Amino acid sequence: MFTQQKRYYPYVSPYDPCAPIRQKFYQTPPELYLGFQPPGLPQYSAREALARGTLWPALYSPYGKSSREAQR
Amino acid sequence: MWIYQKKLQYPVRVSQCNPRLAKYLIEQYGGADGELAAALRYLNQRYTIPDRIIGLLTDIGTEEFGHLEMIATMVYKLTKDATLEQLRDAGLGEHAADHGPALFYHNAAGVPFTATYIQAKGDPITDLYEDIAAEEKARATYQWLIDMSDDPDLNDALRFLREREVIHSQRFREAVEILKQEQQQKHFF
Repeated sequence: MFTQQKRYYPYVSPYDPCAPIRQKFYQTPPELYLGFQPPGLPQYSAREALARGTLWPALYSPYGKSSREAQR
Repeated sequence: MWIYQKKLQYPVRVSQCNPRLAKYLIEQYGGADGELAAALRYLNQRYTIPDRIIGLLTDIGTEEFGHLEMIATMVYKLTKDATLEQLRDAGLGEHAADHGPALFYHNAAGVPFTATYIQAKGDPITDLYEDIAAEEKARATYQWLIDMSDDPDLNDALRFLREREVIHSQRFREAVEILKQEQQQKHFF
């Protein structure tokens, strides 16, 4: 399943003073993958495009607490 | 920690006494896209990058210090036996008034080095894109320096340094590809 959020498991030392965070996340937004945008991609409705900030679902990049926690 | 080898990464030969060239080369010593900025940028970013990229940043950041040493050698050789009059005529009078014969971390226009030349955003993709941009800017700077220099021996070393920027940019681009890969993701159905 493609996701715009990747995870990694950093090294944890037995001597780390803070409680370790064993998995960390970083964002890989859609513009990393699209290359030159091909013509004719599916589009949102005008109203939805205004709200989302893009006309194309292929370039929509959700971000926020809910999208982060969905993958934990 | 580091282990030091008492030799340059690539030999530095200078064929003409040309302090003006030293004034230009100092751009790669203490300038925004210079070797000091590069080394500090990469060695600092490596703490907050995914584990698979840390080694790359360590290696390239370390090599940048080797390049810094080559630039320092070039600047030193170009100026070490120049008279104060020669330095003044080459536009290095202001430098000599402050630093005498010493090198200093500033750019070709004399602006001192500042940490604002580098960034650490803590977002892996963002940091690697900055690194790629930095390598290309350093490559361009080397091109301008080679264009302005008529010293064939010095240009030989500058061409080596320019080529290393090309390789570093390629490796950072590969690091972005590694981070883009779908890996170890939980599959939801």
